[in-house]
Amino acid sequence: MPRAYDVVIVGGGHGGAQAAALLRQSGFEGTVAIIGDEPEPPYERPPLSKEYLAGEKPFDRILLRPRVFWSDRGIELLTGTRVTAIDPLTRTVAANGDTIGYGHLIWAAGGQPRRLSCEGHALAGVLTVRTKADADAMKAAMDRVDAAVVVGGGYIGLEAAAVLSKFGKKVTVLEAQSRVLARVAGEPLSRFYEAEHRAHGVDIRLNAQLRRILGTDGSVSGAQLADGEVIPCQLVVVGIGILPSVAPLIAAGAAGTNGVDVDAYCRTSLPDVYAIGDCAAHVNMYMDGQRIRLESVQNANDQAATAVKAILGTPAPYTATPWFWSNQYDLRLQTLGLSTGHDDFVIRGDPATRSFSVIYFRGGRIVALDCVNATRDYVQGRKLVEAGATVDRARIADTTNALKDLLTAA
Amino acid sequence: MPTLIVTTLDGTEHRVEGVTGRPVMEIIRDNGFTDMLALCGGARSCATCHVYVGPDQLALLPDMSEDENELLDSSSHRKINSRLSCQIVFNGALDGLHVTIAPED
Repeated sequence: MPRAYDVVIVGGGHGGAQAAALLRQSGFEGTVAIIGDEPEPPYERPPLSKEYLAGEKPFDRILLRPRVFWSDRGIELLTGTRVTAIDPLTRTVAANGDTIGYGHLIWAAGGQPRRLSCEGHALAGVLTVRTKADADAMKAAMDRVDAAVVVGGGYIGLEAAAVLSKFGKKVTVLEAQSRVLARVAGEPLSRFYEAEHRAHGVDIRLNAQLRRILGTDGSVSGAQLADGEVIPCQLVVVGIGILPSVAPLIAAGAAGTNGVDVDAYCRTSLPDVYAIGDCAAHVNMYMDGQRIRLESVQNANDQAATAVKAILGTPAPYTATPWFWSNQYDLRLQTLGLSTGHDDFVIRGDPATRSFSVIYFRGGRIVALDCVNATRDYVQGRKLVEAGATVDRARIADTTNALKDLLTAA
Repeated sequence: MPTLIVTTLDGTEHRVEGVTGRPVMEIIRDNGFTDMLALCGGARSCATCHVYVGPDQLALLPDMSEDENELLDSSSHRKINSRLSCQIVFNGALDGLHVTIAPED
């Protein structure tokens, strides 16, 4: 007889760990297993490009739960195990040569970092930042690195650049687009972060095309741009997004083109198979009903709650407000809502003071805030985003008006 | 051994070891209490590690930063003795500190 669990969770990241903990917290007494391909128990990912990379927090301090938690709660933790196939008819998954049965399946496998394909991409010293192993490889390389090239000016790349520069490395960031954070923020925020990184000695190259990575004795020695320029470096950090890990679901017949499609209850098109977190393409009410994937701790946790409620027979649709944070140097960025596709923005406060907010509009409604060292706006702006408020631009730009007072006045 | 007293949402009181130098949030998490989410891991970006501190013990704690004060304002369960447990670093002088996990919003 194959092994079987009432709930099998694939992926031991934020979403998978939270789903298992919530099942128990809700009084679920059935059998539960988390199958994860990494060797460690579930841990926080955001510190990998921040405090863990910087050596400010040891690994045990970024564990999502104490090591004994899982066995104490009767949650089977199958680490170092990769699910390669799903059979929705027999309700089984194939993992490391075993067949494991499920009553309900929660797919929380996240994604794999997108990798470079150019010449030199496989050289030693070309690293991504997704797992503890990735961060450990970068930490191990730190001593022999004088210069690093970061490919991709998104949050992960910029956070890594901030840590590397703090360690005295000469850092160059290559961004293919005309500004950093182009996919996730508006131009004022991009320009602010470019200036901050440059002030810290980071060389930010925009519209930069990487041609190939050069090596010596199998290790990185430089990065060559399309125009022929060679930037000497001993480390290349690749932060160009993720590819959702959904191949076994799609092969089993689940719908999805970018990740796997889920409904408002995180159900895939396969019976009793749910998907949550980075890989779950869902219709988000904060994106005007467009189907999107959200790569954030907030989304992983809240979708875990949605899937667990549905499994326990108390379904409630996913309506959580997106939020996100990024710490670089002494800058604390806090984001609410989704700015993608904004058609207007207002800057509130003076970026030169290093404390300001960018408020984004779509069709006249407030859809998102990016708050830099401006926690008050982040807290008070939530209701504006949740209401999709229409507030006069001049009133919202005027920092003498508290955001919490603008909703009723709208 | 210094003690941290934790009251969980069901009203049960638990005594755990207080670890000097560690944020109270981490001590609560590391003792396996699931009532507290502590979503941002101490990055001062949410209020999901909200606790109530024994009222007579408030004076023992370091002052609240402006950020902590603002984040606590996001909770409709805020009281006079509310704190974010990620912002309280435990030490010997806090032996016997009593925190009650606040409900989620």
